[in-house]
Amino acid sequence: MKKHLAELRTLAEERGIDVSGEMRELERRIENSEPKPLTRFDRVQLARHQERPFTLDYIQMMCDDFVELHGDRNFRDDPAIVGGWATLDGKSVMVIGHQKGRDMKENLHRNFGSPHPEGYRKAGRLMLMAEKFGRPVITFVDTQGAYPGIGAEERGQAEAIARNLFVMAGLEVPIVSCIIGEGGSGGALGIAVADRVLMMENAIYSVISPEGCAAILWRSRDMAADAAEALKLTAPDLADSGIIDEVVPEPGGGAHFDPEGAAEALREAILRHLSELGGLDRTQLIEARRAKYYAMGAWEETGADG
Amino acid sequence: MAWFRKEKQKLVAQKRELAADVWEKCDGCGEILYTRRLEENRRVCPECGHHFQISAPEYVDLLFDDGLTEEFDPGLRSSDPLEFVDSKPYPLRIAQAEEKVGTYDAVLTGVGRIEGREVCAGIMDFGFIGGSMGSVVGEKIARMVEQGVERSSPVLIVSASGGARMQEGIFSLMQLAKTSAALQRLASAGLPYISILTHPTTGGVTASYAMLGDVNLAEPGALIGFAGPRVIKETIRQDLPDGFQRSEFLREHGMVDRIVPRGEMRDTVALLLHHMT
Repeated sequence: MKKHLAELRTLAEERGIDVSGEMRELERRIENSEPKPLTRFDRVQLARHQERPFTLDYIQMMCDDFVELHGDRNFRDDPAIVGGWATLDGKSVMVIGHQKGRDMKENLHRNFGSPHPEGYRKAGRLMLMAEKFGRPVITFVDTQGAYPGIGAEERGQAEAIARNLFVMAGLEVPIVSCIIGEGGSGGALGIAVADRVLMMENAIYSVISPEGCAAILWRSRDMAADAAEALKLTAPDLADSGIIDEVVPEPGGGAHFDPEGAAEALREAILRHLSELGGLDRTQLIEARRAKYYAMGAWEETGADG
Repeated sequence: MAWFRKEKQKLVAQKRELAADVWEKCDGCGEILYTRRLEENRRVCPECGHHFQISAPEYVDLLFDDGLTEEFDPGLRSSDPLEFVDSKPYPLRIAQAEEKVGTYDAVLTGVGRIEGREVCAGIMDFGFIGGSMGSVVGEKIARMVEQGVERSSPVLIVSASGGARMQEGIFSLMQLAKTSAALQRLASAGLPYISILTHPTTGGVTASYAMLGDVNLAEPGALIGFAGPRVIKETIRQDLPDGFQRSEFLREHGMVDRIVPRGEMRDTVALLLHHMT
């Protein structure tokens, strides 16, 4: 349409005809067809979209030879977190991720992608296995949060997450984390302490859900859109503040319009980061990872002294 | 018949204000306690053993031979990275908390001696925005742990926190990773870390340093958990069992090593450090 407008303008100039009326109409139509920029809450809804590719979809689209491994060796297998060996670009890697369900039946099985402690302990076990065999770890983050329930508390949800943070801080192999959908607080971070954190364009990552934040600070869950604005939880926000390393662009309309395209973009980014990290030895890797997290935060040093 | 229409005098219970500086009511047993007696008992109810919350400087006095010999990073202050405004702007919230509690944000860090042994410590203060962990808490804890590595001293953290500080958004979440990374470094240096959990310790603090002690100690009856009880109740739509998420429940389920009354805390810590250093 823009081309049409330019042609019309040239034509009008060449022949000296007045087409300003038609031009105005075309301009108006162009303006209306341009998609409005997404609000942060639009992105929250896109991040939660039922049709979005989930962890197993990405693994299937970008890897070969996936062998899923189950269980934390203590209590049970948690289907809200999946993991196992896979081949990426000809090399063995450990892939781990939250897994949501596509329908109600699968969601009940996978607890809507909200893990119990045994899910985090399975993830931790697989990370240590990757370290033992010198293979990189790739994680896919997509959870509204770790499950708040009686069993989860009895079995130490907090300890399970804390232990993973500790393990990931000292893991002697490269870790690349990809926030593919919802990055829900500690439940997300529990598999996302990494050398590189990539984020899909319409994914979100936050200390608390916009609904939870609105309920506490505004005393109403209906204020979730305002809370989403205040929390600055989108991929571009987090890239600006240096929390994540790269925003992976999604196909027009979101990853679910072209899952293969989304997976290809993510795969390219993962491989690029893995190859950069491949040049570091174990000590450099851990020191750089620690330095990266040490630098995160916003504070000022005032002159006060004790 | 005027007497018939006589207005009844309403019976109004006169609310008796307790002079807060003289008497306090125990949240545990409802007993009215003489404040001075409570203070002498380290703010533990002499009737039922209920542990009242205490401030960071009070906990320092309780644990250390002679207080902190050096305070670390007293000049570290929160900035407002998200320009967050809810019912009030975040910088105002900080300023009010500083006025109420002191300028150390929700954690006081430094070094002192316990039974003659040098210990680097962080002591949280629930009075400062619910002991919430934002960038300053995370940064001070990480720097204090690094001091432990540098001085080869054991590290001790007393936790009291509602979790990550919402007003700093994702920056708060990243403090979980930062503090855990610092403790990982301490552990690789072979140095001990004792975590003391007090009422309440929930959310991001529990899901990072509070649960990572070589030894986790808890004061009796403290609420300790990942999710808060209200969130759990709303999620599962059931009543929660008695004693759920209290120290005794955590000990039973293997998450804390010992429950230690406040009056025995210093001796217990000293004995543990004797074995571990």
